[in-house]
This record gives sequence, C-alpha cells and structure tokens, in this order.
Amino acid sequence: MRTLRSSASVAPLAAALIALAAFPYVGGKFYVDLVLTTMILSIFALSLELLVGNTGLVSFGHAAFFGIGAYATALLTPSANAPSLAWLLPAVLVIAGLAAAAIGALSLRTRGVYFIMVTLAFAQMAYYVFHDTKLAGGSDGMYLYVKPVLAIGGFTLVDLGNSRTFYYATLAALALVFALLATIGRSRFGHALAGIRANEQRMRAVGFSTYSYKLAAFVLGGALAGIAGFLHAVKDGFVNPEILAWHQSGAVLLMLILGGIGSLRGAVLGAFIFVLLKELFQSEVLFGGFARHWQLPLGLTIIACVALMPNGVVAVPAQLRRLRAPVAHAG
Amino acid sequence: MPADILLRAEGVSRHFGGLVAVDDVSLALVRNEVHAVIGTNGAGKSTLVNVLAGELSASGGRVQLLGRDVTRWPQPRRARAGLGRSYQRTTIFPRASVFENCRLAAQAHAQNALDWWSDAKTCGESTKLAERAIEQAGLAAQTHRTAGTLSHGQKRQLEIAMCLATAPAVLLLDEPLAGMGPEETDRMLQLLSMLKPAHAILLVEHDMDAVFRIADHITVMVNGAVLASGEPAAIRANADVQSAYLGEAPESAVPAPVV
Repeated sequence: MRTLRSSASVAPLAAALIALAAFPYVGGKFYVDLVLTTMILSIFALSLELLVGNTGLVSFGHAAFFGIGAYATALLTPSANAPSLAWLLPAVLVIAGLAAAAIGALSLRTRGVYFIMVTLAFAQMAYYVFHDTKLAGGSDGMYLYVKPVLAIGGFTLVDLGNSRTFYYATLAALALVFALLATIGRSRFGHALAGIRANEQRMRAVGFSTYSYKLAAFVLGGALAGIAGFLHAVKDGFVNPEILAWHQSGAVLLMLILGGIGSLRGAVLGAFIFVLLKELFQSEVLFGGFARHWQLPLGLTIIACVALMPNGVVAVPAQLRRLRAPVAHAG
Repeated sequence: MPADILLRAEGVSRHFGGLVAVDDVSLALVRNEVHAVIGTNGAGKSTLVNVLAGELSASGGRVQLLGRDVTRWPQPRRARAGLGRSYQRTTIFPRASVFENCRLAAQAHAQNALDWWSDAKTCGESTKLAERAIEQAGLAAQTHRTAGTLSHGQKRQLEIAMCLATAPAVLLLDEPLAGMGPEETDRMLQLLSMLKPAHAILLVEHDMDAVFRIADHITVMVNGAVLASGEPAAIRANADVQSAYLGEAPESAVPAPVV
C-alpha cells in the first residue's frame, strides 16, 4: 500500500516550494503565468489523485467539479463590487462538494469500467447544461468583472485582483491541498481508502461500510477540484463550457499517469510535464505551421512516456536503480 | 445451552434465478464448538457462508447473531457486531506488513468519522487488537514481514488473524486448510482448537480427516439442502451420507446442477 512506503525526505518538497515562491522574481510575465496555470492544474490533479491513486476510483468525469467550481465562482461574483473571499470560496467548496455528493451517490453504485462510463456521462450532462442553456452565457461563456478580496474593517488583506497576490494565494492553496492529502494518506481514513483500493470485499468483511468511505473521498475530491476551478475562473476572469468537457477529464487523468499514479508528487509533476509539453508543441517558433497540430506530437510523446516510464516520472529513480543493480553486482 | 448459541440460521435459502443454491438450511453455531459443513463441490457451502456473513442476501429464512435478527443487515454491520469470516481464496493485502493487515482489520472497530488527521499508527485500540490477533494466530515472529512474502500456510494463518483482529464471536472459515501440507494442517487445527473456547466456529472443509479430527458437529449438504446433521460418529454411520458422499468418489456422487 502506498501509505506504507517509507516517506522520502521532505527536502525536494521544500526545494520545490522555495523555487515556486521565488519564481515571480526571476521569471518573465509569460512564464509566471504558465507556472500559475500549472499550479492550478496541480491542485486539480491532486484532487483526482485522492480518488484514482488512493482509493482506486478511476473517475473520467472529474472536470465536472472543476467546471462547477469555476461556474459557481462566476455566477456568484457580483457585477460591480468585489465579493469577499470569506464567503465566496466556502460557497464554491460547498457547491462543488454537493455536486460531487449527488454524482458520487449514484455513480459509486457501479464499479470498474461502468464507474468510468457513468462518471463520464454525468460530466457530459454538466457540460451540456452550461453549453446548451442560457445559464451563464451558454456556449459563449461569461466574464467575471471583479475579483474577490479579503477585507477586515475596510482594510484589504488579500486582493486577488493583484497578480502577485494571486500567484502566492494559488501557491498557498497548492501547498495546503498537498499537505491535507498527505495527512489523509497517513490517517486511518487514508489507510481504509488504500485498503478499499486493494480489496474492497475484504474491507467489507472486516466491517468497513466501504460505500460511505468512497463517497467521502469522492466529495472531498470534488470539493478540492472546485478550488482549482475557483482559481481558474479568477485567474482568467472568464469561464466557458469547454472547461467541463470530457477532454479536460482526460487531460487530468493523463497528468496522473505521466507523473505516476499513487503519488502526490507524481500528480504535481505530471501537471507540470503536461503543461510544458503542450506549450512546447503549441510553439510556432519551434514548429511553425505544424504547431496547429500540437495534439499529434503531444499524444505520441505521452505514449512514449507511458511506454518508457510505466509507473510515471516519480518512479524513474527506482527504475534506474533496478537497471544499475546487475552492473553493480558484476563490478 | 441456548444462551451459548451465537449464530442461528432458520430455513435460510438462496436462489440464483431458477437455481436453488441454498435450500432451507437451519443450523446453530455454539460457543466452544467447531461446526463443520461438508459436501461436494456445488453443494452450496460457500453460498451458505456468504448468506450467513451478509455478503449475499437471503432469499428466505432468518439469520440471528448473538440473539439479534441480522437478516437484513449488510455485511459490514454484521462484521462489526461480531461476525468474522475468512475466504477460500487468500484475501490478505500482499504489499502491507502482517501487522498493517491486522491493524487495518482492527481499525474497523475504531472508526471515527471526525478524525481525518491523526496518524493511523497512533491508534492504540487497533494496535492492541492487531498485536493480540497476530500473537493468537502464531505469527508473532512474522509481525513486520510483508504479507506477500509469507508461505502459503502463514498466509492462511494471517487470513485468520485478520478475522481475529476484529474481535469476533463467530468465525465462518471457508476452507482454511485448502492447499496445505500435513504440518501446516496440524498447525491450523491447533489454532482452531485454541480459538474454540471463546468462539463459535463454522468450518467449511474438504479435508475429511481434518474434519473428523476437530469437528464437534457436522452438517452434510447436498444440492443446497441439509442431508444430515449431527455428531461426527453419527454422521460417519449415516447410510445416506455414506452413499451420497463419504463412501464414493465425491465428484461423481452428486450430479452437477443443470445450468
């Protein structure tokens, strides 16, 4: 079980945190924006890792909760006065969590490939709600004209309209979500989820009502995806139905696969690799007119990555050690 | 005596479409008794265990656990109320240690929906239950080994230890001796005798030597129904049982159900 592996040193995590914190002082605006996007997607990927990696629930509809979080942010944001973070963020969490409770309560009655298809179907329903109705501008999407603030007695503590503040707020959210999931992984709840992934029948036989555990994980995963959606909406100041589409659910699964399923670091690394690869192949400087067809090289690269690193980027050091081991013997 | 009936099945049936897998079975599991259920493959023994454990719902009849009607209870609730079961196929968590296998099973008794942050290892209650179960099952020397690296016999012991970690009153053991050599069988039978005083044990088993060595009561099933039930000596002498099962080759004694 993943939760039982000896936890590697926290040094790489601290280094990553410092690097991300220092980046706005050294990187150009374009790159800072790219890192910001990646951090938001990292939160999204982490929220799915709780389901896929820890609990063994392969949800193919996780974009629904990202999208619902983003749309809730857009719809709850007034047209003139800046909303307060103190109520907006909890409201978004609750809405995304409730959506996950409803979808999870039904889809968790299925298993395996049926679960994958049912979650996909629910996410597509959510997509068409925003795409085909007048709600929130239909297929055109809608804008947010003001960004949330956190103020006490007229004194503004946090203004997410300030790009530097927003960057650090996102970094803080990423760190908190990572820490929360790491804590859960070590807790009794996390161990029970890992047991369900390994053998659900056995867990029921010793007395775990596994449905409740899976539903709790699904709701938590949905609410955390809602935070990513909230950050996405505030960052772009715009939402459209494409953020709920099935390829968004597929992309976040690919991030986990690239990084390594069953590892929180893998989820974050996978998000970074995915965004960098996409950015690379979309670059007209490098690929000229072919950059329009970025999906083709991205797909081929992902296939190559999965073939060469079946357990993701996080498993590469262990893979190299295994390769080197026989040589060390011979020497 | 009735006070010591820990589990009682009354007229329990289970149908799969037109197939009657378990047909009107009644039995009582008593503390300090090993109650063996024997029968050919397809006689409905495992289905009976699944119905008693709550893994399958009963199509008819009632199941009482410690005096309470649990017929409509789902499996996890019955497990928490004191019903432990082992599987015919080993269902341990192979990548976790022996200790963690048992600690996780014991944790079912120490569930806390509000505590999402404390380290699982700091849960004293489940640690204590797990250590005791490992000790009882005779795996103390293997506590920190990865479960997947144990021998077959030890894996079967761990399967029982995981049951014990849930502090059950009733043990439903589905072929705990399957695939074991003579020495491993001896060790397992010793373990069962040791557990007997505190538990009511239902033993589904194909190894007739072992059954007659340890059972206090034997129920013979044929085609889902009880053919005979009684003390080992009576069962051995029973003419119906001899013709249907004991005397002849087990596989050919009962025609396979037509599907």
